[in-house]
Amino acid sequence: MIAELGLAALWLAAALAALQLVTGALAVRQDAGTGEAAIADLTRPATVVQGILAALSFAALLYVFAVTDLSVKLVADNSHSLKPMIFKLSGAWGNHEGSMLLWVTVLAASGALIALVERRLPERTMQAVLASQGFVALGFYAFLLLSSNPFERLPIPVEEGAGLNPLLQDIGLAFHPPTLYLGYVGLSVAFSFAVGALVTRQVTPDFARAMRPWVLGAWVFLTLGITAGSYWAYYELGWGGWWFWDPVENASLMPWLAATALLHSASVLAARDALRAWTIMLGVVAFSMSMLGTFLVRSGILTSVHAFAVDPERGTFILFLLAIYIGGALLLFALRAGAVSEGARFAVASREGALVVNNVLLSAILAVVLLGTLYPLLTEAFDVRVSVGPPYFNPVGAIFALPMVAVMAVGPLLRWRKDGFGRIRKELALLAALLLAVLILVSLLGDVALLPLLGLALAAVLAVGSVMPLKGRNLRRVPIATWGMVLGHLGLAVALFGMASESAFTKERLAALAPGEATTVGPWTVELEQVAPAAGANWTAMEAQLSARQEGGEPVSLNPQHRTFWAPPQQTAESVLETRWNGQLYAVIGNQAGAGADGPARWQVRLWWKPFVTWIWYGGVLIAIGGALALIGHVLHDLRRRFVRRKAAARRREVAA
Amino acid sequence: MSWRLWIPLLAFAGFLGLAAYQLTQPRDEVVESRMVGKALPYFDLEPATSGLPGAASDDFKDGKPRLLNIWASWCLPCIAEAPQLERLREEGATIVGVAIRDRPEDVAQFLERHGNPYAAIGSDDLSEVQLGIGSSGVPETFVITGTGKIAYQHIGDIRERDVPILLEKLREAAE
Repeated sequence: MIAELGLAALWLAAALAALQLVTGALAVRQDAGTGEAAIADLTRPATVVQGILAALSFAALLYVFAVTDLSVKLVADNSHSLKPMIFKLSGAWGNHEGSMLLWVTVLAASGALIALVERRLPERTMQAVLASQGFVALGFYAFLLLSSNPFERLPIPVEEGAGLNPLLQDIGLAFHPPTLYLGYVGLSVAFSFAVGALVTRQVTPDFARAMRPWVLGAWVFLTLGITAGSYWAYYELGWGGWWFWDPVENASLMPWLAATALLHSASVLAARDALRAWTIMLGVVAFSMSMLGTFLVRSGILTSVHAFAVDPERGTFILFLLAIYIGGALLLFALRAGAVSEGARFAVASREGALVVNNVLLSAILAVVLLGTLYPLLTEAFDVRVSVGPPYFNPVGAIFALPMVAVMAVGPLLRWRKDGFGRIRKELALLAALLLAVLILVSLLGDVALLPLLGLALAAVLAVGSVMPLKGRNLRRVPIATWGMVLGHLGLAVALFGMASESAFTKERLAALAPGEATTVGPWTVELEQVAPAAGANWTAMEAQLSARQEGGEPVSLNPQHRTFWAPPQQTAESVLETRWNGQLYAVIGNQAGAGADGPARWQVRLWWKPFVTWIWYGGVLIAIGGALALIGHVLHDLRRRFVRRKAAARRREVAA
Repeated sequence: MSWRLWIPLLAFAGFLGLAAYQLTQPRDEVVESRMVGKALPYFDLEPATSGLPGAASDDFKDGKPRLLNIWASWCLPCIAEAPQLERLREEGATIVGVAIRDRPEDVAQFLERHGNPYAAIGSDDLSEVQLGIGSSGVPETFVITGTGKIAYQHIGDIRERDVPILLEKLREAAE
């Protein structure tokens, strides 16, 4: 019953999306002067109700998973009555149909949110924005209802569910995809804004100011999602790496890069009325990258460890949607962007100049990642199989990323419109000296490869450069949005330091130990005390008791496990992390190794000492906090301005009366 | 000026064409190992049991192609493929074994029970050789040329229909 209600809500939501498209489009076509046609009054309520219905549908899916209704095909395929409740719920979106439902729910909810609170755009543009949002949603409703119905019933209920991939039975999974989806799909707002502005040719600083908080919101979630996903892969896969350049990871990185560029170009548009067409383009590209990522992952066209829902038929459907939405938006862009004049001019040595360089470099990195991700697709058309990995992405990405970091350190010191490097030569000299000092110091300290070396030095430069704009200012009067920028940039410096340090100084040890034996890794001595069986709700494990101590320190005990799940049967390594301020000890236990001729059994133990690796994720969180602060700053500023305006209007009325 | 505005659309159309073409292509499920054509990584393994020599990468460089069989006494499919290995030996193939995480007494017992087609067996306690040549499980069988290059990888147990294929690959490797 609940499943049928969910399905009905989904159909109704689809119908409302269609209504929203029609009324929005009609309102735009009618007299542009007023834009107040009666039919326009329907658009906002339709959008809001559509959001509520989609949410109801998703709630219905959560319910059938919570009670493990095994007559629903999706539950039977992906859940199990023995699973802990939290993993039953997360199982609802740990599969193709459920995650697509989450996708459209977020899409509908963000549409409802703009319909409810966005009042700054001209009403005609707003109608176009909502029509575009409805149009995008309609396609994905069609996809769900016609080819991926999550509420499909089985003719005969099964006795027991087929479980869930044990790798996915992790608290990280419960929150990682929803966070990421809020980011991916939140970018649909930027997309609809861009389309709306193109339709009505209203690309103004006000437009940028209206769009910026929405992009910031999506961007914050995207940043958090990527950070959490990276940490999840790091401790759950037990491979010791934190980024694998897997197509799915790239699919999350590409919208982030585009959204980051968009944020910065929107700032230029808001402050200086320049970069109009470019900002619109990025608005289209950011969400296009989200949709492209969805296509790459769901169609199985690229091989990936994330390929959980491979189906060429679905791939064809999504490709069709891509053709309509991205193709349509780019066509609109080609036809209309010429009419959007380029806007104000500015000097190279200025805040805008630095932001343009930053934008070009971010776009270049995006192109590098996009090319690397799609290259196997291209070569396969000529029957050549390649796999593109770190040897391509790391150096080629760094060519653009490292100069970008250098520009980031200097850019915020420049003034808008026209400035000279002469004015900030003291700061420049300080940063250059710091760069040289760190380069020399680190190369004296040890044998470090070029990229990590540059990464360490530039991280130091960026850290100092990012707080420099605060120098000489009354800290209590610095705008919240500026704090956001400072923290965001500082966060990138922290993350870059973590990445460079991890890659420069990691120590690895693979050993076969019998109980009582010890080995060393970095500053740690690790002893295997014993290996004992352990058990949980749906798994058994061999658990190692390791005692690790740093020179002169207290021993700590670590218990990595080699788990065997029985529903479905699968083995996983549960790694253990001992976190210190200056790094992490990472321990994994593997299979039983061969015994000596007469000795006791030995066990494979894999250890890493990763100096400052945690700073990667601290940095990511800091970046997200910076984004959130900027969002709060802009929204508060806007509310205050509206308040002042209302006050002034009331005053004028009083005076007139 | 305005022609540049069409570039994104054209690039996207290119992608659409490519993706549509790829979606219509049949998916081949077999992915050839990237190690094929590369030299064996260096290894020098202790004997896995008494009475047989150990295995070293240098043994493969005497001009004679061999089979390298990754197996273990604790692996059930390895029992199933034992008769096929025996047939390969009778057909003239030289088979070098690498026993993964095994005990000498278990290896000896396995050979006694299921026959011994091996000319040598090295003991790989840490799966180092296994990982080095790109094998992800037991059993797997590699054809190695007389110069120590990997020519072919067979994943899983050898069934009867695989025997002629492996013999053919051995012949090719000799050329």
